[in-house]
Amino acid sequence: MAKKVATREAYGEALKILAEKNENVVVLDADLSKSTKTAKFKEVCPQKFVNVGIAEQGLMGTAAGLAAAGMIPFASSFAIFATGRAYEIIRNSIAYPKMNVKIAATHAGLTVGEDGASHQALEDISLMRTLPNMTVINPADAVEAKEAVLKAAEYNGPVYIRLGRSKVPVIYNEDDFDFEIGKAKILKDGSDATVIATGIMVNAALKAAEILKKESINIRVIDMHTIKPIDEKVIIDAAKETGAIVTAEEHNKIGGLGSAVSEVLVENCPVPMIRIAVNDTFGESGNGDELLVKYGLTAENIVEKVKCIKGI
Amino acid sequence: MDKYKDLKVIASTLRKDIINMLNKAKSGHPGGSLSACEIMTALYFKEMDIDPKKPQWEDRDRFVLSKGHAAPVLYAVLAEKGYFPKEELNSLRKINSMLQGHPDMKGTPGVDMSTGSLGQGFSAANGMALAGKMRSKDYRVYAMLGDGEVQEGIVWEAAMLAAHYKLDNLTVFLDHNGLQIDGKNCDIMDISPIDKKWEAFGWNVIKIDGHNFDEIFDAIEHSKNTKGKPTIIIAETIKGKGVSFMEDKVEWHGNAPDDEETSIAIKELGGEI
Repeated sequence: MAKKVATREAYGEALKILAEKNENVVVLDADLSKSTKTAKFKEVCPQKFVNVGIAEQGLMGTAAGLAAAGMIPFASSFAIFATGRAYEIIRNSIAYPKMNVKIAATHAGLTVGEDGASHQALEDISLMRTLPNMTVINPADAVEAKEAVLKAAEYNGPVYIRLGRSKVPVIYNEDDFDFEIGKAKILKDGSDATVIATGIMVNAALKAAEILKKESINIRVIDMHTIKPIDEKVIIDAAKETGAIVTAEEHNKIGGLGSAVSEVLVENCPVPMIRIAVNDTFGESGNGDELLVKYGLTAENIVEKVKCIKGI
Repeated sequence: MDKYKDLKVIASTLRKDIINMLNKAKSGHPGGSLSACEIMTALYFKEMDIDPKKPQWEDRDRFVLSKGHAAPVLYAVLAEKGYFPKEELNSLRKINSMLQGHPDMKGTPGVDMSTGSLGQGFSAANGMALAGKMRSKDYRVYAMLGDGEVQEGIVWEAAMLAAHYKLDNLTVFLDHNGLQIDGKNCDIMDISPIDKKWEAFGWNVIKIDGHNFDEIFDAIEHSKNTKGKPTIIIAETIKGKGVSFMEDKVEWHGNAPDDEETSIAIKELGGEI
């Protein structure tokens, strides 16, 4: 059984490293520092921690000003408030002037669980992806999340990093891991079909690959951790070499990974494709794992769609 | 001898530049640009520690025009100060111009923050002031808010933050001309008592005549000597100031003068530049 760690925990750990490593890093939170794990940064670097109170617009506006004066702000809140409530501030004060602000938002997706639809960001990738200059990263596990945060700090420009609340299996080996923004990871090779997954669905895709292998169906599994800029080459190669694509994401079907991949495919190499995602509906309260089952986001769902696309 | 004669000449030049550039652009916001000319002149020609040859100088004082639609007055003062050639003013709002309809920090030398969506610039000014404190820099941050702008919720988020973090390196001007697009502030969404609101939020509040240089400089000096809290200077101004047919007329919030109106306005402002 793989070790399970929430990506937000990795975010807190990465911030502690950055506190030591980069004097320009400053962390902002909107009264959720214990949940977003920015409190870990505050413990070691209180002089560079700013709690703006329950004020997400001010969170992003203040971060923009800090960046304009040469700092590297990490602004955190729950994904729905960070991207939804503060959207236009992010657009005009961060993305438009290409400010060096990192928005690290936790509690994304259905797996927030019991808090219900109001707190389940299922549109954040879509909202951030549509902004010029914005880079969008959705890590699959804690190892990738930590590395993504460290790399985002080195990158000059606005970055959105999507993090989760729940503990998720660790799939990468920390001692042997490299991460490059915009370069997808091929976790398993195969020629029958390709599953392109992001976030927690990467682990589900790996499980699906194991199940399918027992039936002699070999799929390629790709971790698309960067949704924007998306790794077009890896998508086009997969389409040419495996002939069928299934995408999987804990996000609304409209505007997220599936949309991004389909945009690349139709312009370059159209092949049969199925998108696994929340089917343009709001979520509800419940246990995270139960919600994933109810809304069709499991390894079994991936298996079913791969068979469907292969006509099996 | 008028000790502010030179500054008054500059303010008048800015007004003429504003009228001319809006006439050429055929759109834009004259009212709230003309109301801010003395404050902008005072800041850029006497108060702020800036260098037009080094617009990105790290230790410079900063200015954020939160009421970004008043971009013409900002462009006029930057051109007058030498950040870019005055001829650029003729390209305001035209395609391929460095002078966008609202300030763009990536396109125009001397613009410290991209603004135009009301309330956001003020919040960014907070960030700049916070950065100054964190890095033990001596620079000051100035911002200008419109009186209609304070109806935005983010303004009060920012007001709380600046007081909470004791941003005494921040001075905000409120250009209180009483008018917004749809009419008078008091009819659209009353902001009064505006001084009491800022006092209640923990700010040092100063009220002045925004067209009087003595009062502007006294207020700035007062703000620099006030420790432990940010300062707001509520400047009573006249929208469209200096052009008789524009003064205190809501119609001139966002309309450009035609050729005839332009020539009348320029004459009133003391003739051709």
